Parts: sequence; structure tokens; C-alpha cells
Amino acid sequence: MLESKIPEGNLADKWDNYKEHVKLVNPANRKKLDVIVVGTGLAGASCAASLGELGYNVKSFCFQDSPRRAHSVAAQGGVNAAKNYKNDGDSVFRMFSDTIKGGDFRSREANVYRLAECSANLIDQAVAQGVPFAREYGGYLNNRSFGGVQVSRTFYARGQTGQQLLLGAYQALMRQVGANKVKTYTRHEMLDLVVIDGKAKGIITRDLVTGEIERHAANAVVLASGGYGKVYYLSTLAMGCNTSAIWRAHKKGAYMSGVSWIQFHPTCLPQSGEHQSKLTLMSESLRNDGRIWVPKKARDERKPNDIPEDERDYYLERRYPTFGNLAPRDISSRAAKERIDAGCGVGVMKNAVFLDFSKAIKEQGKEKIKEKYSNLFKMYDKINAVNAYNEPMLISPAAHFTMGGLWVDYELMTTIPGLFALGEANFADHGANRLGANSLLQASVDGYFIAPYSIPNYLAGELKAEKITTDHPAFAEAEQVVKKQLQQFLNINGHLSADHFHKTLGKLLYDGCGLSRTKDSLEKAIVSIKTLRDQFYKELKITGDHTINSELEKAGRVADYLDLGILMCEDALSREESCGAHFREEYQTPDGEALRNDHDYCYVSAWEWKGADAQHELHKEPLVFENVSLTVRSYK
Amino acid sequence: MKIYLKIWRQDNPASPGQMKDYQLDDVSQDMSFLEMMDLLNESLIQKSERVVEFDHDCREGICGQCGMMINGRAHGPLTHTTTCQLHMRSFKDGDTIYIEPFRAAAFPIVRDLKVDRKAFDKIIQAGGFISASTGETPEANGILIAHAIAEAAFDAAACIGCGACVATCKNSSADLFTSAKITQLALLPQGQIERTERVIAMVDQMDAEGFGHCSNTEACEVECPQEISVLHIARMNYEYNKAQLVQH
Ligand SMILES: Cc1cc2nc3c(=O)[nH]c(=O)nc-3n(C[C@H](O)[C@H](O)[C@H](O)COP(=O)(O)OP(=O)(O)OC[C@H]3O[C@@H](n4cnc5c(N)ncnc54)[C@H](O)[C@@H]3O)c2cc1C
Ligand code: SF4
Ligand code: FES
Repeated sequence: MLESKIPEGNLADKWDNYKEHVKLVNPANRKKLDVIVVGTGLAGASCAASLGELGYNVKSFCFQDSPRRAHSVAAQGGVNAAKNYKNDGDSVFRMFSDTIKGGDFRSREANVYRLAECSANLIDQAVAQGVPFAREYGGYLNNRSFGGVQVSRTFYARGQTGQQLLLGAYQALMRQVGANKVKTYTRHEMLDLVVIDGKAKGIITRDLVTGEIERHAANAVVLASGGYGKVYYLSTLAMGCNTSAIWRAHKKGAYMSGVSWIQFHPTCLPQSGEHQSKLTLMSESLRNDGRIWVPKKARDERKPNDIPEDERDYYLERRYPTFGNLAPRDISSRAAKERIDAGCGVGVMKNAVFLDFSKAIKEQGKEKIKEKYSNLFKMYDKINAVNAYNEPMLISPAAHFTMGGLWVDYELMTTIPGLFALGEANFADHGANRLGANSLLQASVDGYFIAPYSIPNYLAGELKAEKITTDHPAFAEAEQVVKKQLQQFLNINGHLSADHFHKTLGKLLYDGCGLSRTKDSLEKAIVSIKTLRDQFYKELKITGDHTINSELEKAGRVADYLDLGILMCEDALSREESCGAHFREEYQTPDGEALRNDHDYCYVSAWEWKGADAQHELHKEPLVFENVSLTVRSYK
Repeated sequence: MKIYLKIWRQDNPASPGQMKDYQLDDVSQDMSFLEMMDLLNESLIQKSERVVEFDHDCREGICGQCGMMINGRAHGPLTHTTTCQLHMRSFKDGDTIYIEPFRAAAFPIVRDLKVDRKAFDKIIQAGGFISASTGETPEANGILIAHAIAEAAFDAAACIGCGACVATCKNSSADLFTSAKITQLALLPQGQIERTERVIAMVDQMDAEGFGHCSNTEACEVECPQEISVLHIARMNYEYNKAQLVQH
């Protein structure tokens, strides 16, 4: 029943074939069609702007006070594109195969190929918008290389690539707002999806200022609401990042895939105490010159500079001599956890490893290191009051990116007709592990280049359909459900804050369904999360009322995270293999590497919601590989 | 450490506000300023009081959503640092901290420390873009841009739209914000075609939103977390005057 709708033809021709055969909507008819886009990150802003340019009526939603603040803004490192400007052997096919391999052969060939194919256009688009990418002295665009690949295909704008790309998309969006093609609803949170006769026809939102519950009808709904890594509470995500938009769509029939595939970024600042609200990412580029180590001896209390060379364990160099400190994220993060669990972790909470620049400074000079990373060293100093030119940084892995999300077909449509999912909110393209600098790309390609074909292809069929208004009983019903839930939160009047539940859930997930998992840890986590969920509905405390109320916002997000957390564990439990970020301790090679099982698990899991008290139902979309051979991912 | 807080509480844009006193006994040096606010709110929940509403999201100094006047300074005592990047080690045991919203006629207070900065979006809507619709794009290396120009454009483009410049300005001028965007787009070859209309539309919109005029005190540059230079304001004035001449 899962139809991925991969077009006919050779891999390299599929996207062209698709584009040549999509249905078009006459320009005069476009203004009769309404599209809702939830999210103003790279995926949402680019989609809303592009559809506005085409002449559709677009409503754009975000929970921040301006569309420009979506979390895409925080991406530092860069964006990949197969331009082959460096003449170093890059090509669309090589980028495709790097991405498929990086994802440990758990993504669709056709989707990934299209991502690589559209990548070059994204750079053209961004440059035309005025995105100030780094340039060489001759005026040409500059590139660098990023973890897990051997070519230089990463474009960047200092350490603020996400910000600059997002501002490009935001400005394109603002241009359409000025032209009255897009209307923005800021400080609005989507709280339900309205489905009528099996099709997505609108959403219910809460105005976060007045508290008003609003109905919005449309011919198609796009969810570009970002990742849900904040489920762990401590993560590199922004405080407001949530799963609510996609989770509520899931409860209305959209399947979820790869739910437990979460990337832990190896170079984040460690937790220093219970008060901590977020783990800041330090750019991965630091690993180009920093060496990662821990003391050989467990619980070594000496200062890092007092530990002699032969008592240090450069564990990445030891275990992965070829890639060393540049081993891919999942592998580096897991190796750090292995040492921390062995008692060799450092820092106040013994939860960190050292990132040491002394050798690079000795070899290249302090000035050179300053030139490359001064902003990062400054940031480190700001947060920790430590000068990393003199002593190593402390870093540790943190929840960062969600490969999982809503299941979508080749058209980025979910299992609910008329409901599309773009960017980090969908599961597509990255398989079980995402390569660095591929997700800004994916969010942008989804919004600029794919949705403007696939959404009209759907909308063409909507022209003849009966126009739905917000008077339809389905809107009233959805609105009632939302209002009832909010009232329920306010009524509980227990004694524990929403943050308390969120933090507790985060700990349960880090332990049970984190960097590594076992049958036992997952089963225990499910029981504990269910208990926590019961407690939430009995002991939650919210002060204030229906009007502007950040605690009420948090409660809704935590409620959905609790449900999601259980599905994450079930997803991880059902997959009895290790692949990419999903490391089941039972399935590893004798030297501790992930052991994939292509015979039994070469499929995408797609979970169907069956009701609050029922088990999810698992559907499988088999993955077929015709253009690459399934190899063991090795970075030794 | 022990911290005394005096915080602006205001229910809605129309209601009168007032400073209220709070006290926290167990603040750690390592907490960020916003984590201290979390701690306060947690204690208010325990006392069944409404929490203090404040804006924040990324908590790493890039989204521009946070912003408070802390002891009379936009984003607090450190220069070039957002509120979310400020840590409690900048304060001493027993300190009293005054916390107020960013105030400006064009930034109405929503509640407590939250303000409405939609006026910034309106300025961008007026012309803070290059009209390049999706697909209408030449090959990226087709137009070369000198390294120094790209870097200078980046410096201007780094603005996070936080509004500290407005809050700190005695005239509530948005010149630093607006001029940064004008400079970025005026420097780049792609921005040339719309250069004249852009500066006029953006400056006019800025006035229409009720921001004040710049009187060159340069206080904004000191507080700006992205170190946006006041030289952009000079450039904006130059661009505006030139555009007026061209248009008439
Ligand atoms: C610190 C950090 C660094 C990164 N660095 C890189 C990098 O160097 N290279 C790279 O390729 N990738 C990087 N990534 C990943 C990449 O930034 C993201 O995957 C990508 O930007 C996601 O874009 P998006 O449009 O899908 O979502 P987002 O940008 O997260 O946008 C989500 C939008 O949805 C809205 N929204 C969410 N829920 C609701 C709701 N219920 N109602 C209404 N609106 C809602 C939000 O307001 C927001 O506008 C990084 C990620 C992080 C966290
Ligand atoms: S110019 Fe500086 S202070 Fe003003 S909005 Fe931009 S970043 Fe904030
Ligand atoms: S919270 Fe994003 S800049 Fe402070």
C-alpha cells in the first residue's frame, strides 16, 4: 500500500521524466488555489516564496516573532553542491553515492540522486539572492571539505551559512508578502490538521499572543516544521523546536518513518549542570586541526596539560587510522560515548572528551589557528570562560538532527493526500545517518525545486473539487479537540512544570534510546516513558491562562514528545540490526562497528497511528538498490 | 549566589506596567542569563504565579529573538553579546539586576519582556531583497565578486534583527538595522538594478513605522551583538541622497 511513486527510467533521467509529465495549473487558475505552509525555515520559506511567485495564494506560519528566526538560522558549517568547481573528481553521481553510503543504505536511490542533481541550482539561486558565500581572491566561489567525503563540495558563508541562506529565503518570502501573494502568521502554532474525505484541507492554529484558536482552510497543506531533536531536551536545537505539527498530522493518518534515527553531533559543549537548557554546537570544522583524546587512566583528575603524551588515548586516531579525527559523526560520537562509559570522560560531570589544538598551534602557529577559528574560540571563551589556545576544549556528543520524520513519497507527499512534508520534518534522503552540510541543501531543494512541481501536480486535481470553507464540521471538531486539550492542561493543577517532564523524558531517552541502544534499554525506556506520561496528565502544573502563556505552549509540545518518545523506542526495538545512527549493541562486529542486516532490514519503516491506547502498526517500504552495491561502511 | 531582580511586568500593550521584585537564592555562575530566568519561572510556578514572559529561541546568539534591557543596557553588561550569551558570572553575589523590555514606539510591548518587532519585517518587505524568483538564475560563478567585496557584504549581512540598536538609541532609530541591509545589497553586483528604489523604499518604510532619526551618537554600534558598523549609516544616507537625485 505504500506507493513511493518513483518515476520510470534510468536513475539520471527520473527527475526530468517526472517534470516533463507533471500536471500544470493555468496561471489564471492559480489564484483560486490556497496553500498553507507551516514553517519558515529554509524548506518552508523557500516553498512559500516559490509558490507565491507562481501565483498561488499562500499562508505562511511560524511560532517565532519573525519568519527570519527559524532554526535554519543556526547552521554554521555549510551547504553541499556538486559543482565540481575544484576539479577534484566530484559529480552528481559521486555526491549521490557518498550520500547513500553515508546514510548506510537506508534511503531511496531516486530521492538521493535528485538531491545531488538539484544541488548546483541551489548555489545559483542563493548567489542571485545576494547570499555572500566565501570567495577566493580571484572572485570565484570557495569550497571546503566536510566529514565523510574526499572532495571539496561545501559552500559556506563564514560560520553562518544557515543564517545567510535563510535570510535569502526570508527576503524572497518578504518580497511575496509585499506583493500580497503570501500572508504571514507569526507567533502562531499549528495544533491540528484538518482532514476531510481523506484529504488535508486545513489546520487549526493558536495565536500565541491572543490565545485565540483559529481555523485556516486550503487546498493543500505543507509541513516544513523542522526536526524534533529537542525531544532529548538537551540538544543543539532551539527551545521552541517541536514535533507537534508533524505528530498531530501523524495522529490524523500520516505515517512516521525512521523515527529513532537521530544524529548525535560529536563536537558540542558538554552539560555542566542541572540548570542547563541547551548544548551549543561547536563547528565540526574544528576537527580539521583539533585532536580528540581522553586520559588512558579512568577517573584521571589531573589537568589536561599535566597529563603526559603517553598517558593520553587519541582514540579516534587509534581506531580509525585513515580518517582519524575526521571520522563521520555517528562513529565519532559513539567512540566518545564508549570512552566516557569506560570512566575516562573528563570535565565536572565526567561527560566530555578533550579537543586539543596544541599540536596544530605548534605546527602552524597561533596566528594561523586564530585566522581559521577565532570566532569559535571566542564563543568558547564566552560560554566557559576558558582560553582554548592554552588548554584543550571540552566537547561531548549531543542530539542534533533527526533523519526520521513523516514518511513521504517521491513527490514529498505524506500518506494523507494533499499533505506534504519538507525539510527536516520528512524522513527522506539521509537514510540512517546524514552527511554534514547535506541538510541545508535538502531543506532548500525541497522548497525551491521539488515542491513547486509536485504541489501543483496535486493542486491541478483540486480545481474541480468542491471548495471547502472553515464552516465545515471537520474544522469545528478539530477546534474542539484542541480547545479541550488546552483546557485539560490548565485544569490539572498538579505541582510539576512542563520543563520538569521534558528534562526527565530527555534523560530517559539519552539512556534508553540514545547513541546506542539495546533490547533491554529500549523496553525499560518504554515502561518509564509511559509512567512519566501518566504522571504528566496527573501532576502537571501551569500558571496563567489562555492568553499569551509560554508554559501552555511548552505543555502541548511535551505532551507530543512523550508520545513520540515511545514510538522512537518501538522503532529502535523493531530494527534488529545496527545502521548509521541506529546502533544496537547486540548487533556489532567483533571490533565494535555497526553490523547491518540487509537481508531482513533493507526497508523503510513507516508507522501508522492506531489510537492513543493501541499499538502502532508497522508498514514496510522495501529499498531497492540498482546503482550502488551495498557495502560495509568503513572509515578505518 | 544570591540575586535580586527587579523585572518589568505588564499584562498587555494597553495596560500599565510596573517593576516587581524577585529574589533567587541559588544561582550558579555557570548559568546563562536565560537559564537564570528559567529558574525564576520555575519558582514562580511553584508559587502559583504567572511566569515572566520573555522572547528567546536559539540560545546561541544567532536567531535574534532574545533581547532585554539589563541594568539599562541592551543585552546587558557585555558588549557585542546577545542576552542569551550572557552568563551569570558577569554578576556578583548579592547584585540587584534591573530587567526591562526593549522599548521603542515602533516595538509595542506584547507582555512583560516580549515586544513586537514586526516593523523590521515591514522594512525588509519594502525592498530588502534582490528580485530573483526561483529559477531565474545565472550560473553562480558567472558573475565574479572580489573577496573583499564578498567579505564586506557579509559583515553587513550578519545582522540578526534583534533590535538592540533601536532599544539603545535615544531616538529609537532603526538606521543601523536598515543600513546594514542596504549596504549588503548595494555592494553586491546582483543588487545594482534595484539599488535606487530599494534605498528609498526602505528608508521611507522605516519612517512610516515610527522609528526616530539618527543623531550620530553611535551607541547602537557598541551594543550590536554582530558588531555592525555605523559606517553603514553614512553609506545609507549617501545612497539615499544619491537616489533622490537620480529619481528627480
Ligand atoms: C546548530 C545546528 C547547526 C547545523 N549546521 C548545519 C550545517 O552546517 N549544514 C547543514 O546542511 N545542516 C546543518 N544543520 C541542520 C539544518 O540546519 C536543518 O536540518 C535545516 O535547517 C532544517 O530546516 P527546516 O526548514 O526543515 O526547519 P527549521 O529551519 O527548523 O524551521 C522550522 C520552522 O517551522 C516552524 N514551526 C515548527 N513547529 C511549528 C508549529 N507547530 N506551528 C507553526 N510553526 C512551526 C518554526 O517556526 C520554523 O519556522 C544544523 C542544525 C543545527 C541545529
Ligand atoms: S544592527 Fe545589530 S543591534 Fe541592530 S538589529 Fe542588527 S544585530 Fe541587532
Ligand atoms: S535566543 Fe537566539 S539570539 Fe538569543
